[in-house]
Amino acid sequence: MTTSAREPRAEDLGLAKAPSGIEGLDEITGGGLPRGRPTLVCGSAGCGKTLLAMEFLVRGATEFGEPGVFVAFEETPGELAQNVRSLGFDLEQLQEQKKIALDYVRVERSEIEEAGDYDLEGLFIRLGLAIDSVGAKRVVLDTIEVLFSGLSNAAILRAELRRLFRWLKDKGVTAVITGERGDGKLTRQGLEEYVSDCVILLDHRVADQVSTRRLRVVKYRGSAHGTNEYPFLIDEDGITVMPITSLSLQHEVSDERVPTGIPRLDTMLTGGGYYRGSTVLVSGTAGSGKSSVAAHFANAACRRGERCLYFAFEESPGQIVRNMRSIGQDLQPWVQKGLLKFQASRSNQFGLEMHLASIHKLVQTYDPQAVVIDPISNLSQAGNRAEATAMLTRLIDYLKLKRITAVMTCLTDAKNGLERTDADVSSLVDTWLLLRDIELSGERNRAMYILKSRGMAHSNQIREFLLTSEGIELTDVYLGDEGVLTGSARQAQEAKERAADLFRQQQVEARQRELDRRRDALEARITALRKEFEAEEEEARRVIGQERDRVDTVEEDRARMGVSRRAETEAPVEESRS
Amino acid sequence: MMMKDMANYLEEDSEVRSDGEFWSLRLYVAGQTPKSVAAFANLKKICEEHLVGRYQIEVIDLIEQPQLAAGDQILAIPTLVRKLPEPLRRIVGDLRNTERTLVGLHLKPGKRDA
Repeated sequence: MTTSAREPRAEDLGLAKAPSGIEGLDEITGGGLPRGRPTLVCGSAGCGKTLLAMEFLVRGATEFGEPGVFVAFEETPGELAQNVRSLGFDLEQLQEQKKIALDYVRVERSEIEEAGDYDLEGLFIRLGLAIDSVGAKRVVLDTIEVLFSGLSNAAILRAELRRLFRWLKDKGVTAVITGERGDGKLTRQGLEEYVSDCVILLDHRVADQVSTRRLRVVKYRGSAHGTNEYPFLIDEDGITVMPITSLSLQHEVSDERVPTGIPRLDTMLTGGGYYRGSTVLVSGTAGSGKSSVAAHFANAACRRGERCLYFAFEESPGQIVRNMRSIGQDLQPWVQKGLLKFQASRSNQFGLEMHLASIHKLVQTYDPQAVVIDPISNLSQAGNRAEATAMLTRLIDYLKLKRITAVMTCLTDAKNGLERTDADVSSLVDTWLLLRDIELSGERNRAMYILKSRGMAHSNQIREFLLTSEGIELTDVYLGDEGVLTGSARQAQEAKERAADLFRQQQVEARQRELDRRRDALEARITALRKEFEAEEEEARRVIGQERDRVDTVEEDRARMGVSRRAETEAPVEESRS
Repeated sequence: MMMKDMANYLEEDSEVRSDGEFWSLRLYVAGQTPKSVAAFANLKKICEEHLVGRYQIEVIDLIEQPQLAAGDQILAIPTLVRKLPEPLRRIVGDLRNTERTLVGLHLKPGKRDA
């Protein structure tokens, strides 16, 4: 509420801004230079003052409908037109179209003798004429300090400069005044005393043989502005101030997954791959297969019909295509279809900001869904580490903002620790795959594990990483008493295990057979004993039967004898009772 | 006094001396300011003393003809330009310093000409 209430008030106070049209500068200054007021652009020789001023003028004339006047104190119109033609500005044409007026003011001390009192009315008249000739809204004075070398009466010059800046304000033109950097001061002649609304300092430094241009808004009266030093570069499209987009953590996130191109890896990253728009770091020692992982990703992206931009800082595109074909990743068709674009350059070919800008520019024009940077570790050669980190931070932010999934490879040194990267980007990336070598029994094998992957339950297993003619294969490593085994050691161990398994199996079978045999024997004995018993039982029954028959016969005989002897009658009664 | 005559003033001496060079001088002013008036008076005096009969003064008022300022690279006002004899010389200021004016016009050797 408070901010929205403050903004229109600032407008009321006359803080209207004139957009410079220079990429990045308007972001830093919050909309451009103070409209209707002079801005001082200072810096040492060759830092780009004139070009910045000229671009401000040309963009104003071509893009914002504000004609301009360029008053050159140092270069002739011909030289100037030639110098800015490299930026794609056609001054002659703009002059013909009455969009820009050019006036060359030559101040040559050897030709001038001073004899008495004077003022700079001649300059005012020329400037006024030029402004009226095109209806200028913007004015550039480049470099007005030349007056001090041509005319010796500093008191008059200072008074006249003060009058000039007031006059420019009264005219309502947005002016850019350039000034040469002085010792301990922003400008040699202290122009900052007169131009107090906005001061921009340009700098051109060389560190480790790599030059970097930087821009800083020293002062912007009545307006918030970025206070950092921002790298900028000059190329065929004019000046670009980094960052093109400001740093932020406001990017949208996606739940969508992007396959890695390696099925087993998709499984390891439970859910089917990287998150769309995430940044993936593949780090590892030399020859551990980083580029191959990146190529799989690129190949998979193109197979889905997505555009992929491949920044190669180590190998030429032809070499990458050939090498990846050997592991079954044929990238050539995608190049021909326009789905894959290689951008190969040596990292130390130019400074970091140039790399960043070229990446920005390509990403902007090509609009890819996937980006590969192979490797980022080389970029730290182009500048110092802090700069490389800052640049990568900006790059990662930019790619995230555009929801581009990025795979970056990074060479790590085993000596300095594997879980550390040169450019200190580990905290910036979302997924970190670590490739490492395992040296064992005279062999060097590759292994991979997921060091981290934000927002997904990923596997914690080390997998052996095989480069086959069909691509990358991930297999389980042997984990046993002897530790992690890979390669032929793993194969030997597996064979050993298989033999042991067979042996155990055979033993079990033998045991089983023995058991069966013994059971059979037991059964046989049981049968025999039963047979024997049955025989005995038979015999016993037979004997019992005979005995019983004999007893009956005896009884009968006895009764018959009784009858014949006329014995007592009790006997039959006894018989009937029983 | 000569406010009126000064605009596009052209003064020629009919008696051009055959032995001396002819001097063509141009004085740039911007309106009838005290400095401009003083410059013209001082110049006239010097010419009468040193270049009698072989000089011409052309006064250009940039308020009226602003487009002429760029041609002779006029910045300071007043500026005296020696068109002839060559080389071209510029003297800025109201010319009250006669010494410097003479040096500037090469009518007197100065340190710079050494």
